[in-house]
Parts: sequence; structure tokens; C-alpha cells
Amino acid sequence: MSQTSPDVLSQRFELGFTYTRSTGPVVGHFLTALKNKQLVGNRGSDGRVYVPPAEYDPVTAEALQDYVELGDTGIVQSWVWVNEPRAKHLMDKPFAFAQVVIDGADVPMLHMVDAGSESAMSTGMPVKLRWAETTRGHITDIACFEPV
Amino acid sequence: MSEDKTGITMMDAPIYLDYNFTAGSATSRFLHGLKQGVLIGQRCPGCDAVYVPARGSCARCGVATGEDVVLSDKATVESFTIVYIPIPGNPIKPPYIIANVVPDGANISFIHLISECNNEDVRIGQRVQAVWKPESEWTYAMDNIIYFKPIDEADIDPEQIGR
Repeated sequence: MSQTSPDVLSQRFELGFTYTRSTGPVVGHFLTALKNKQLVGNRGSDGRVYVPPAEYDPVTAEALQDYVELGDTGIVQSWVWVNEPRAKHLMDKPFAFAQVVIDGADVPMLHMVDAGSESAMSTGMPVKLRWAETTRGHITDIACFEPV
Repeated sequence: MSEDKTGITMMDAPIYLDYNFTAGSATSRFLHGLKQGVLIGQRCPGCDAVYVPARGSCARCGVATGEDVVLSDKATVESFTIVYIPIPGNPIKPPYIIANVVPDGANISFIHLISECNNEDVRIGQRVQAVWKPESEWTYAMDNIIYFKPIDEADIDPEQIGR
């Protein structure tokens, strides 16, 4: 404990909510595939492919089941450069948050691109998924995307 | 979809909020008092209510509380509950008693443990006194008081607790 002035006491304090969430069948299917280093989406009633898979059809609200295995490449649809990553970011060097449309999918997914510098980023650039060293069935099994 | 028995069904999703907690001048005075083994409250200049731990203002009058009041470490049980369910991370073994106690000289209660008694004998209006850690272990923390224990004094009429 430290004192910020002669009288007033101040102290670091961490409030932790250590939740474990149930995934439900659709997200569970997606995470199980990630554990096996396989990206899986699903197809909606209008033929569009969602990744991560959608639990319910955005058009008809029907439960979606038509899973589609996807590759590990995609295109950056939009992005923002994070020049000064904060402690809670998953990368400790500058990176981009990007909407990546996986090849074969129609709806972008939000993830990080490890491009090294902002000048290496551009809309429409091809990227490739980088897997975490060990996968465990969690969204962080996708370490990030990197320029091709 | 058929249930995949080997599939992922749960994921950890913890949230950690990191704060720099600053006690403020009123609560800091209370904590400095605890470091010395003394309970310090503050009196409202408007209604004379004594708050402990003081937050620096009177909830009733909306004015700053300025005058420090040294309180006894004897108190009265205002309410209590017997806890039977273990709480993760809490080292205290159930069943134990959590009580709102009003220190003598104060008008509001704070929460603490009651021990050195049969849980079944604890009652509203019962007189209790703080059991302190050894002085060498005192810090700026409420757990300088380990718990409150019943003392041999007549019960307070529930209507008069904190008056």
C-alpha cells in the first residue's frame, strides 16, 4: 500500500469475474473445430456463409446447422491500426484489428492482423490464419492473421 | 446437430477489472485509525449521526462530515446470518456468522464476523467486542479485527440499537 499524499491511502485492486461460459452447440462445434486447427462456418437460408457460425439465421431466425469447412486464408475488408497496444490486448506489439472475410465465407470476422507496421496494411489485402502453438478449443486458438 | 460428446461445451471467459483504489480522506482516516488499533468514525454537523467507516459525507443531510470520533471496539449485533454455504476462495469454514454490528458511539453498522460462541446463541441486540490481531500484524485493513466475540453485558433493546 502506498500513500499518494500524506493522509490519503491508495492501492491497486483487481476485481475478477472468473466465469466459465457454456458454449451451446453451434459455438461449441466451432471451438471444437478450432482445437483441430479447422475453421468452420455455417450456411444461412440465403446461401451466405457465416464464420464464426451463426446460431440462428439472421433472415428467418431458424436454427442453423449446415456447417461448412473453410480454409485458412481471407481478405481484409476493413481495419484499424493499434499503435500502442494496451495491457489487455492479446498482442504486445502494434497490430491491426481487422474485419477478415475468410475465403468461402460471405460475412467478415473480427480478428487481429500481425502486419509489423501500419504501412503493410491495406483494404483488400490477402491474409492467412496463424494458429496458436497449442490449441485448446478457444477463440484464442487463432493467434492472429498475417499478410500472405 | 447431434451432440458431440468429445466436443467443447464450456469456455473460460474471465473478466478482470484493474483499479487503483484511492480511499479518500475520510476513509483514509479510518484506515490510519485501524493501523493504530482504533475505530474512527465521523459525525455529521447537521444531524449528529456518526458514520463508520466514514465516507466523508452524510447520506441523510448531504453535507461533509468533518469531526472525527473515536469509537469503542465494543458493539451491538444489529442483524446477522449463519453462513452454511462455502464460498470459493473464502478460507473460513462454514457454518460461521456474519453480522452487522454497531460500534458504541456510532449510528450505523458495518459487517464483520462473530465467533467464540455457539452460532445458535447469537441474537439481535447481543453485546460483542472486537478481537484484534497482535499489534505487530496491524495494517491498514479491517481484518486487523479477526472477529467480534460476545461479552457479558445486557442485551440492547433492538429499537435502541444505533440510536
